[in-house]
Amino acid sequence: MANPVSVRGLHKAFGARTVLDGIDLEIAPGEFVALLGRSGCGKSTLLRILAGLDRDVEGAAEVQGTVSIAFQQPRLLPWRKVWRNIALGLHRPDGRSVALKALEEVRLAGHADAWPLTLSGGEAQRVSLARALVREPDLLLLDEPFGALDALTRLAMHHLVEDLWAEHRPAVLLVTHDVDEALLLADRVLVLDEGRIVAEHHVDLPRPRRRASVVEQRTRVLADLGVDVETAA
Amino acid sequence: MALVLLWQLASSTGVLPPEKLASPLTVAQSAGELIADGQLLDAFTVSLGRVFFGFLIGAAVGGASGLVSGLSRWGETLLDPPVQMLRTLPHLGLIPLFILWFGIGEEPKLALVASGVAFPLYLNLHAGIRQTDPGLVEAARVLGYSRFERVVHVVLPSAVPQTLVGLRIALGTAWLSLIVGEQINADAGLGFLINNAREFLRTDVVVVGLVVYALLGLTTDALVRVLERRILRWRTR
Repeated sequence: MANPVSVRGLHKAFGARTVLDGIDLEIAPGEFVALLGRSGCGKSTLLRILAGLDRDVEGAAEVQGTVSIAFQQPRLLPWRKVWRNIALGLHRPDGRSVALKALEEVRLAGHADAWPLTLSGGEAQRVSLARALVREPDLLLLDEPFGALDALTRLAMHHLVEDLWAEHRPAVLLVTHDVDEALLLADRVLVLDEGRIVAEHHVDLPRPRRRASVVEQRTRVLADLGVDVETAA
Repeated sequence: MALVLLWQLASSTGVLPPEKLASPLTVAQSAGELIADGQLLDAFTVSLGRVFFGFLIGAAVGGASGLVSGLSRWGETLLDPPVQMLRTLPHLGLIPLFILWFGIGEEPKLALVASGVAFPLYLNLHAGIRQTDPGLVEAARVLGYSRFERVVHVVLPSAVPQTLVGLRIALGTAWLSLIVGEQINADAGLGFLINNAREFLRTDVVVVGLVVYALLGLTTDALVRVLERRILRWRTR
């Protein structure tokens, strides 16, 4: 099977400002990759290109199979009930049973007929995940989907994403600026800086991982990001 | 209620002479007579018809142009500047022109109602479409929805709340336009009833006509509110 993501020599500029400066990236089927970087380093731009939302680029960015994305905001249609929002991912008006099953997977079984505006932030984000997953994507793009959630909800979401990934096995590209999040979830952590991938870390730890187990790699990744832990702590 | 009692008291004691304003009792009595001989129903039907057809024309024009200028860039370039310019003009000021264009029959009355409806509907539909959250459109795009499907599933539904606001304003303006329009040489309808009554100093009949106008306005407003509550269920709770 071809790699879901195959990027070679990708350049992207907004006017005179270069955002992506020669990106090479392969993601294997079922691989969980995290893309780390500071704000404005171009990580969200790369994700948007892979999602097909930005086609005005130089170089090759090939994506194979079905792509789904979960954004930082859940982006649910507020005038559709929760299950209809999930069915939206199926691209057909029926599919209530499929939507219900997906809701069960994200542990929101009782909320099928709720209006999105009545959900909490974490619940809405889980619906958004369910909508992305009903398509059985080959590639799941996650654009800081936990960024707007409180710390406790975020922890629960990490477990959920890990379980869903283990169950469905899509290739995942998670964009985040949370080093712990990246190390806890990903097989491979890439550090993006000024439009280039400046470091790559393989995380060969058994799952589910605990925070304590990634401490050592955390220091190294932070160093790649230009953060000196000794002075920062 | 207290106001009506006070009004009746003023009339009974002669403080308020009947040629200025008839007493509530007289008004009720006249209303009864007008209903009994069918005059009120006839006038009511004619006026309701004018508002209805005027509204249909105005809604069609305002709705269609709002869609075109909301959904397409060239439509906006073409339509929006002239409409924005014209809307600063109070449409009731157009009566002289309408009389010259359409004569003094039904047409100027319909045109007046229609122009009162078209502008608020256009403005709110256009604004509603433009306010669509680009994030939602993007999400639909990633899910593989074509431009047409995005308009149907995302853009138009998100314009509904603002359009309903426009609808309510449009209906209010429709009644206002009707009342003004029916002053032009009407030979039937509530305006005719009122104007005729004025000639004979029948303030009671004038008041009956005004009350009917008010009730009609309130009724349509209530209908839109019910519609809003049904359609916008997702907003609250």
